[in-house]
Amino acid sequence: MNTPTPISAQQDGGSASLLGGLPHQGGGRNEDLTRFTDKIVVENLSIHYGSVEALKNVSFSVKNHEILGVIGPANSGKTSFLRAMNRLNDLEIATHTEGSIYLNGKDINREMDAEEVRKKVTMVFALPLPLPMSIFDNIAYGPRRHGTKDKKKLAEIVEKSLKAAFLWDEVKDRLSSSAMKLSGGQQQRLCIARTLAVEPEVILYDEPCSGLDPISTARVEEAMFELKSRYTQILVTNNVKQAARVGDRVAFFLMGELVEIDTADKLFTAPKDKRTDDYITGRFG
Amino acid sequence: MCFYRGSMNDGFPPTLEVQGRPSFFRGKHAGMTQDGVRRPTLTTMRKIREFLIEKIILLDGFACILFVLLIFFFLAKDGLALFKTFSLAGFFFGTLWNPLAEPPQFGIVPLLLGSLWVTLGATIISVPLGLACAIFIGEIAPRWLREILKAGVELLAAIPSIVIGFIGMTMLAPVVKIIFHLPTGLTALSGSIALAFMAIPTIVSIMEDAITAVPRNYKEGSLALGATHWQTIYRVIIPAASSGIVASIMLGIGRVIGETMAVMMITGNASVIPKSIFEPVRTMTATIAAEMGETVRGSEHYFSLFAVGLVLFAITFAINFVADMALHRKRK
Ligand SMILES: Nc1ncnc2c1ncn2[C@@H]1O[C@H](COP(=O)(O)OP(=O)(O)O)[C@@H](O)[C@H]1O
Ligand SMILES: [Mg+2]
Repeated sequence: MNTPTPISAQQDGGSASLLGGLPHQGGGRNEDLTRFTDKIVVENLSIHYGSVEALKNVSFSVKNHEILGVIGPANSGKTSFLRAMNRLNDLEIATHTEGSIYLNGKDINREMDAEEVRKKVTMVFALPLPLPMSIFDNIAYGPRRHGTKDKKKLAEIVEKSLKAAFLWDEVKDRLSSSAMKLSGGQQQRLCIARTLAVEPEVILYDEPCSGLDPISTARVEEAMFELKSRYTQILVTNNVKQAARVGDRVAFFLMGELVEIDTADKLFTAPKDKRTDDYITGRFG
Repeated sequence: MCFYRGSMNDGFPPTLEVQGRPSFFRGKHAGMTQDGVRRPTLTTMRKIREFLIEKIILLDGFACILFVLLIFFFLAKDGLALFKTFSLAGFFFGTLWNPLAEPPQFGIVPLLLGSLWVTLGATIISVPLGLACAIFIGEIAPRWLREILKAGVELLAAIPSIVIGFIGMTMLAPVVKIIFHLPTGLTALSGSIALAFMAIPTIVSIMEDAITAVPRNYKEGSLALGATHWQTIYRVIIPAASSGIVASIMLGIGRVIGETMAVMMITGNASVIPKSIFEPVRTMTATIAAEMGETVRGSEHYFSLFAVGLVLFAITFAINFVADMALHRKRK
């Protein structure tokens, strides 16, 4: 169906260095050139857990630097889809995945290592759970595993990542204290910051605000907007309004099927499928 | 403690009974207010049962403590009796254990060192093996293999220590003798190897519990950042499980230091101060077991063995205490 559009990997790989102080994308609008190319192409993706079919033959693409909102009732396969995107499903013993996912035109299951995929496509989980170490070490964890040893460089990465996730001001005086002591909203932003620190290209969020209060939620959303110029983001949310607020395009999943995917405006004002209409107007789910 | 929860149901009728005996709980019709001022007989019966169970468990708990105290008391009574006739310094710093000499020597140092060598050796062997085994079972092995390995570890724990002593004596000691060109294979080293196999099941099962108890989110959080599986194990899972790991090691050591039969058979039983792990040694436990039969009740020798037992008790108590602290450190 969709042919993966091979977008220039070198441009993208290079521009992902948010930490290098926004090389060429910040002010200039060459971002627009890549704006509508396909970052991710999903082709005939099906996921089974034993006999449960969590995702049924789903195909679509995700554009470069867009925020794709994904909505749908519980158990419709949203989490399974995200976990397939960064190959966390590899950890499940009983899964069986068919179809392909292409990142920058490369098949993530056949042409890339799991670690390489996960470094480029990172994930922010529903329950923000920092690693049991200090704030600094949490953020530095990814870069350290990928070989950054230099203390000064790590300190720089930590600062930039925390700033990008709007957390710097709140924690800059206690970087060495345990990350477990932060509030829920702070922990979630810490988890976002730690994913930024590995310089990913795609960030997946799995209901990142489900446990947060409205103010923390607003701050997380703010961070997402801010990150738009540099990352492709996929936001799974059980909050339809949030998808409408944040998403450029929105996909509606229902019982493992992709019912509809369209720009947020169209999907929320004139859905093509009756089931979408029912869901967004709150008639079920 | 848990049983206390049962009475928290009192505020509202338990749903099960609503189904079972509807007449009781038809709200106002049965003369029951929602906040339940009057209790039907069923709930009263239940309360009595809860009360009894709670008290019986409480008694059990106290009984355990009482037994420990009693054991300690009798051990201390006879152990301390030694020091009426033998000096404290002579016992703790004496380098000769020879109850049959004239005058008898009750220096605990050779026995203490014997236990120390054997335990140290066993720890050095069993901890890396146990850790590797626990990581493999908890993190790496596929599910079917995991079950087989866990059963294997349990089986290892079930081997009577006399059997391990027997095998160590007949198969292990000769091999040690040949490999290291020793006059005898019955050395601290042989004892350490045999005891390591007795400590490994304890270490593996507790460590494996600690490793699998690490929240899945930690693991996934690390993997999602592109860390490899091994990096995740080493940097996240082991540190997060560290208290359980320390506890498992301490309990393994506790098991080794208290072991008697196997050590008696394998370590050569020479109560001299060992210069290396390749020499025969005699542990505290082996000394007590070997000499208790030949002492006269109430003699100095008899009391000296109790004193050794008291020292052993203090050591195992300290080890268990440290293990306990380690286990509970994280929960606070
Ligand atoms: N690890 C798993 N093992 C077995 N079944 C699973 C697993 N994860 C999800 N499922 C099943 O797959 C379906 C989709 O689940 P999920 O992807 O979590 O949906 P959502 O995130 O939309 O709630 C559900 O029926 C769920 O029970
Ligand atoms: Mg989900």
